[in-house]
Amino acid sequence: MSKLTHASKKAPLLEVNHLETAFKIDREYYNAVDNVSFTVKPRQVVGIVGESGCGKSVLSLSVMRLLPKGISEIRSGEILFDGKDLVKMSENEINNIRGKDIAMIFQEPMTSLNPVFTIGYQLQEVLLNHMEISKKEARQKSIELLKGVGISRPDKIVDEYPHQLSGGMRQRVMIAMAIACQPKLLIADEPTTALDVTVQAQILELLKEIQSANDMAIILITHDLGVVAEMCDDVIVMYAGKIVERTDVDTLFYNPKHPYTKLLMGAIPKMDEDREVLESIKGIVPSLKNMPKVGCKFAARCPHAMPECSFVTPQLAETEQGHEVACLLYETSRPKEGMNVQ
Amino acid sequence: MNNAQPKLTTINSNKNRFKTLLEVKNLKTYYPVKGGFFRRTVANVKAVDDVSFEIKKGETLGLVGESGCGKSTTGRTILRLINPTDGQIIFDGKDITNIQGRALREARKDFQMVFQDPYASLNPMQMIGDIVSEPLKNFGKSNKKALKEEVMDLLNRVGLPEDAYEKYAHEFSGGQRQRIGIARALALKPKLIVADEPVSALDVSVQSQVLNLLKELQKDFGLTYLFIAHDLSVVKHMSDRIGVMYLGNIVEIADRNSIYNEPLHPYTQALISAIPEPDPRKSKERIVLKGDVPSPVNPPSGCPFHTRCPMAKEECSIAKPTLKEVRPGHQVACILYN
Repeated sequence: MSKLTHASKKAPLLEVNHLETAFKIDREYYNAVDNVSFTVKPRQVVGIVGESGCGKSVLSLSVMRLLPKGISEIRSGEILFDGKDLVKMSENEINNIRGKDIAMIFQEPMTSLNPVFTIGYQLQEVLLNHMEISKKEARQKSIELLKGVGISRPDKIVDEYPHQLSGGMRQRVMIAMAIACQPKLLIADEPTTALDVTVQAQILELLKEIQSANDMAIILITHDLGVVAEMCDDVIVMYAGKIVERTDVDTLFYNPKHPYTKLLMGAIPKMDEDREVLESIKGIVPSLKNMPKVGCKFAARCPHAMPECSFVTPQLAETEQGHEVACLLYETSRPKEGMNVQ
Repeated sequence: MNNAQPKLTTINSNKNRFKTLLEVKNLKTYYPVKGGFFRRTVANVKAVDDVSFEIKKGETLGLVGESGCGKSTTGRTILRLINPTDGQIIFDGKDITNIQGRALREARKDFQMVFQDPYASLNPMQMIGDIVSEPLKNFGKSNKKALKEEVMDLLNRVGLPEDAYEKYAHEFSGGQRQRIGIARALALKPKLIVADEPVSALDVSVQSQVLNLLKELQKDFGLTYLFIAHDLSVVKHMSDRIGVMYLGNIVEIADRNSIYNEPLHPYTQALISAIPEPDPRKSKERIVLKGDVPSPVNPPSGCPFHTRCPMAKEECSIAKPTLKEVRPGHQVACILYN
């Protein structure tokens, strides 16, 4: 983990403190991201894993300030990027950062490109917005970018439309667009989920190359533990809007602590072992409206649940150096004396 | 989940094992591409191009491959949901390639399908009880009380609550919907179930529940599966033998451990090496393939994989290799092993 120790000396690039993002359902607010705090250091690759509905995408949209308006909002907390709070920024200020210093790639390369504009037009739009260059230079630069992400015939592709490209190529275009202004932070939301494995391998290799060439930090959101093992330095495991475990990737796979993490690991079939029965987690993630207000949100599905789990909310706390867990099985997660039990 | 005793009759799964249930010979399925003023067929999408394999009773054959390789079309053609262009499908000793009408309807009792998308494959206007009892009604069961009892048994068997009978599909989660789809497929006590990506729309924790259920049911009812998926680790977990498909062809077929431990075809090797290993301490040699899968409208001449193959030679573009048994039970279509 040389990369990790290297990174940990630096001040954080992104610092999320007690973030709460809520959705409005029937005039009431329900937290989809519930008191989440974490940091991303420069050059670090942080993975966020969890099942669908656990809040990982909402968390990334909060950081990008791209939450659907009217039905969702950041209720409290701060998101410090390079020391500045993104939550308090005006729309204009955030527009200067979004696409330039923080960029995002989405899961669906089919729907995130505009079908009526050429690839070149869409790439140039990013460049012209954030850089002071002429249209001609922008076109030249976009051809270079396409070449950089491994697209053959970039001078032809630049004049083609998204439907003329395959899924893997579209995702390459998305990556080219995201790295156009050399962002410090790239948020990749399930970047390879819609792709075939051989194409996924190409895209992951490409992301790794760009990450080290551009000194970029990545927040990688995925449900695929294989991708996590391959790409990440640190991993955050989310369940029902909360972080339940956070540690470096090696510890996560070899010494997971939270029962949810352990079950998640046991549920995936592995190529090199034979098991008749896979571990499974009973039930499903509760919906926002049915989320327990107090206690551990995983208690209803947890094989180790104790009576107190349903009324004592576990705190995310360090059990070992660099390993945070929120589970009452660990003494450190119990609320301190004097703090009121939520 | 499974504490209730199954009331359905359980077939002894060992008795009939090792007899061939399904044999597919040189199956071809082409989709016509229409064009021009008279909407004439101008080209064919060769979705399945000369595929042969067999499945024994009680066995699971897995089909893997990337999107567009023809694995779903193969499954659907076998069930006669799509008409084959050429070749033969022999099910339980009977040639079902060209049967029509009543004979086909009668034959379909024995083979059923579990679909990929549990959201699209259930009628949102029907109660679960009606969805699951429909196949039974279709084949002449009309006694309401007996019908309900049978459906209840089925729901119970796949791990759904009693009150599911009177609910609608939207009231269930993805995993539960997939259970409903499985109950529907089981209703007529089929011999063969074609499961087309049954877990790819589900979360890992739910995925494992459904995989476990499919395995249990196979044991209890002596089912034979054709299990189609793109996730090689899921296929390996479920299957006895695995066929690897590329551009409408089976390029390698062998038992699950041989495919994983000694893959012979360069495509299989690349496919296995491309799977990210859920273990940060293992760094494996990866064969990264260049480019994308070619279009099946105009597949490359010779070996369909030669355009992306790291070991391609000149002769690969001339003659198309056929599946040959290079070791007992291990067939591969590649000139490296001729």
